[in-house]
Amino acid sequence: MDIVRTVVRRELAAYFTTPLAYVFIVIFLALAGAFAFFLGGFFERGQADLESFFVFHPWLYLFLVPAVAMRLWAEERRTGTIELLMTLPASTFQIVLGKFLAAWIFTGIALALTFPFWLTVNYLGEPDNGVILAAYLGSWAIAGAFIAIGACASALTKNQVIAFVLGAAICFLFLMSGVDLVLAAFRGWAPDWVVDLVASFSLITHFNELAKGVINAATAVYLATLVGVCWLVNTLIVDLEKAR
Amino acid sequence: MQEMVRLERLTKRFGDVHAVEDVSFAVGRGEVLGFLGPNGAGKSTTMRMLTGFILPTSGTASVMGFDVVREPRRAKERIGYLPEGAPSYGDMSPLGFLRFVGEMRGIHGKELARRIGVAVERTSLEEVANRPIETLSKGFRRRVGLAQAILHDPPVLVLDEPTDGLDPNQKHEVRKLVREMSRDKAIIVSTHILEEVDAVCDRVVIIARGRIVADAKPEELERRSALHNAVRLTLERERAEEASEAIRTLNTVREVQRLEEVNGVATLLVLPVDGADLGAQVSQLLHGRGIRIERLAVERGRLDDVFRALTQGPSA
Repeated sequence: MDIVRTVVRRELAAYFTTPLAYVFIVIFLALAGAFAFFLGGFFERGQADLESFFVFHPWLYLFLVPAVAMRLWAEERRTGTIELLMTLPASTFQIVLGKFLAAWIFTGIALALTFPFWLTVNYLGEPDNGVILAAYLGSWAIAGAFIAIGACASALTKNQVIAFVLGAAICFLFLMSGVDLVLAAFRGWAPDWVVDLVASFSLITHFNELAKGVINAATAVYLATLVGVCWLVNTLIVDLEKAR
Repeated sequence: MQEMVRLERLTKRFGDVHAVEDVSFAVGRGEVLGFLGPNGAGKSTTMRMLTGFILPTSGTASVMGFDVVREPRRAKERIGYLPEGAPSYGDMSPLGFLRFVGEMRGIHGKELARRIGVAVERTSLEEVANRPIETLSKGFRRRVGLAQAILHDPPVLVLDEPTDGLDPNQKHEVRKLVREMSRDKAIIVSTHILEEVDAVCDRVVIIARGRIVADAKPEELERRSALHNAVRLTLERERAEEASEAIRTLNTVREVQRLEEVNGVATLLVLPVDGADLGAQVSQLLHGRGIRIERLAVERGRLDDVFRALTQGPSA
């Protein structure tokens, strides 16, 4: 665990020594607010809850989270520090885990800074704070899934722009796998159970439940599996590079 | 001498390219091995296999008896590695960077602070210890990489071009450091600077196009030079022709070259057959003829000649 903690600390410090952290946080907060007020009708709904705030999070994450994850491995490759890192006596998995956790904690910090919304609804009415907490956790979990995917994309290249575009594209597929746009690509040839399986991957379907504060076992298992598989793929990509 | 590093038939192919082919050697305690070769000969690839950054296509490498592929962590714990170009995290300060590397190696607290102090002192980083690495000069960055490599006092040091980009004073410092540390360690230093070899190495392995072409002590390599034991003579110009005629009659002499003439003195270069020792013979011969020798010097041989001959070879 010492090694994972050391990696987490270094990566977190790296976020905050570059402008990236502050740019990310400011844009995230500004957009989260703008979406909730203008698109979500935060006030017009006249309800003391944060659904209009949470419901846009996956779309924000879609282009903001790959930007957080893109540097995790690509930058190490570009600057050559990967050689230093991989010749230290640590396992690849420990480093994969450390990098993931650092980025996840970072998005957690950004998410926590939206607390004025929570204060506002509590001031205006009497919301169910249990539901809000659950929705926060759900939102953070989706960010985690995107980071795990983005980290894999980052490990594939030393170009951060490629890592970003690739990461965002894969995240988009996972987000949208429940809609016809994606399912139509499978309907023509795949048996029904495959189509159903792909549809069940849809993060947006799972998230709509989470935003209402509903955490069911299937969603939790799905997200945990998705993140776990990404860790393994990430480890595999990095290790395969050694044998190239 | 205790053997600390062993490479056995180490081979790396990238597709059809044979980057490293059948490289075998061992390094013992107290030994500094100079790993020489032209750019692109496979030096860095060999070092990357030894340090576990890339996997060999075939063959094995071990550090203190631990195979780098089967027991990578144990092997890596025992190596200090300065990768080519001395990469480090630009956003960190040397102190922060050394703390990170130390903690990754399982050193903490007071012990870590003590070791960082020693490494910073040995590499003279005190004045820049708190500045971001990206603002430092090339020389300082290289020393940060070196400090990182020696931080945990490893039994084996692998340094890929440690003096590249340093000025002569800094080069001298780094070589001194390598010499000091060599007492109880096995050190592999790659370089394409030949003066380095005389300055620090006990043994030289030369590789060209992925294969070892020489493995010898620096003196042995110098002996292979055409100039080894050649005699450089300075004498008065009027008698130079006569002297060279006389020297040519010796059966241990292969060739006499007349070099420059300045201020009425001529310089002759006498090349021996098979590196025979000519000095005394030549001096006696000329003395007998009453030719006064102003200066006589015996050449040791030149590494760069040998290096060129070995690495370019007849096929290149």
